[in-house]
Amino acid sequence: MRVATCVDVVEPILKIDDLWVEYPSRESKGRIQQAVKALSLTVNRGEVFGFLGPNGAGKTSTMNVLLGFCPPTRGNAYLFGTSVRETFARQRIGYLPELTYYYKFLTAEEILRFYAQIFGIPRAVAEQRIDLVLKLVELDHARRRPIKTYSKGMQQRVGLAQALINDPDLLILDEPTSGLDPLGRMKVRQIIQRLRNEGKTVFFSSHELGEVETVCDRVGILIQGEMRVEGKVSDLLQQHYGNLEQLFMEIVGCNAAA
Amino acid sequence: MNNVVPLQSTPLRCSGPAVEFRSSPASRVWAIATVVIRELCRRKDFYVLFILTALISVTLASVNIFGDDKVVRYLKEICLLLIWVSSLVIAIVTTARQIPSERENRTLFPLLAKPVSRGQLLMGKFVGCWMAVGLCLLCFYLFFGLLSGIKEQSWPVLAYLQAMLLHWAMLAMVVSMTLLGSIVFAAPSSNGTILLVVTGGILFVGSHLNKLAIGLPEPGQTLVYGLYYVLPHLELFDVRELLVHGWGLVPAAPVVGALAYAASYSALFLALASWRFRRMPVNT
Ligand SMILES: Nc1ncnc2c1ncn2[C@@H]1O[C@H](COP(=O)(O)OP(=O)(O)O)[C@@H](O)[C@H]1O
Ligand SMILES: [Mg+2]
Repeated sequence: MRVATCVDVVEPILKIDDLWVEYPSRESKGRIQQAVKALSLTVNRGEVFGFLGPNGAGKTSTMNVLLGFCPPTRGNAYLFGTSVRETFARQRIGYLPELTYYYKFLTAEEILRFYAQIFGIPRAVAEQRIDLVLKLVELDHARRRPIKTYSKGMQQRVGLAQALINDPDLLILDEPTSGLDPLGRMKVRQIIQRLRNEGKTVFFSSHELGEVETVCDRVGILIQGEMRVEGKVSDLLQQHYGNLEQLFMEIVGCNAAA
Repeated sequence: MNNVVPLQSTPLRCSGPAVEFRSSPASRVWAIATVVIRELCRRKDFYVLFILTALISVTLASVNIFGDDKVVRYLKEICLLLIWVSSLVIAIVTTARQIPSERENRTLFPLLAKPVSRGQLLMGKFVGCWMAVGLCLLCFYLFFGLLSGIKEQSWPVLAYLQAMLLHWAMLAMVVSMTLLGSIVFAAPSSNGTILLVVTGGILFVGSHLNKLAIGLPEPGQTLVYGLYYVLPHLELFDVRELLVHGWGLVPAAPVVGALAYAASYSALFLALASWRFRRMPVNT
């Protein structure tokens, strides 16, 4: 694991400051819908942060702001101390979208080469990294086949490979395990574990609490755009008698009842 | 927290401590452009149109359906017409689908999550589409040159090159206009159709709009005059007549002027597109 320098310790890698995200409502015209309300959180170097919440809680909306896909209605967010409004804030991150199909006419190798070029990784280093990440996600055997011949699980793994191509310091993964079979989930969790062991910072969302206990240092639970619970996994386990699933159900259940 | 399967020992990092790489805007643009060119090479569009053009031309060349002295001239005319239509279709269809398909297939998200600006993305798409149609033109004109060379026993290579250059410059305006259209018009499928109609319209009546305006009642007159001055005059770049009749080269000055004209229009369309695209939320 890498040793954090003094400067790194002071500066959170990811910082969200009183963030609000609003959309024009899909149901009734003219009204707005608040997807994220007054969200503040920080993620420090080397932490794995589980961003939890049921479907529609606002997890993807938060990530959309982090990646500059849509501007925040209010508040701001920072990656490595740089406002997300700047392109350069994205040089050291890797991102796995919730749902994506990669350029179908390219092979896995070609896609990774393309992204490496975007990052400005020199050719020789890029080839090394492509070998490495393809082995990691176990797509080495299919690297010269066009993506259109891939199964859904394989496409998800291409996604993971492209998120790792630039050797990012921060990974933002949007529901990386959803839609995968149990074996696929376990592999993704293993990869997150490995990244954490190497001192990477991981910010990932999920709607299942059970799976994050094993990989997260800290979790936050988002319900209807508001952060309800946030804390270290070990602390939460202590407070709730070792049963986080129960806690999650309670919070979500309460909310549904209200 | 020990129930995790042992990890493999190879580290994910392969180059020691974090090395800060940074690409230049030009290399990012070029990377995006190469993907567009690759796509066109792997799709059937160009091959179908090329084979069609070649088949029709060769068939006409082998059957003497015209009067003897006019044979070659008609043949060249038809071949060039096919080339023009094919190149416009390829340019518009290829360009029109770029941004919509990035959004539909959601490939836009991993791409924009990388250190690339939306302006650079658009520029990459422009360069890619323009280069790709340039390659297509090269094949088309090579075929045309061979066919008419064999028929006529003359090889005015410079004239062909000049015609191709002007044709290519014209396509720069078409490509950038289509790119702008694909951002402005909400429905992606209509964009290609609209652009085909607009381009066809300009080529057929663009030079007559001012004469047309004179005969119109007032609100129409100003509108058509406006269009005459605002729309790019694509028809100016059409020097097919010169090739057909073997009238030689256009002097350098007008050619340079035309190239500058095409460059300014393309830059204008790209600037508008990029201005609009930067303000657009992409997560819908
Ligand atoms: N582009 C959009 N336009 C309108 N409403 C949206 C848009 N994206 C998300 N929403 C709404 O915002 C809320 C939060 O969505 P999202 O962030 O995708 O949740 P999650 O990722 O946690 O499942 C949902 O109610 C969703 O319907
Ligand atoms: Mg989501």
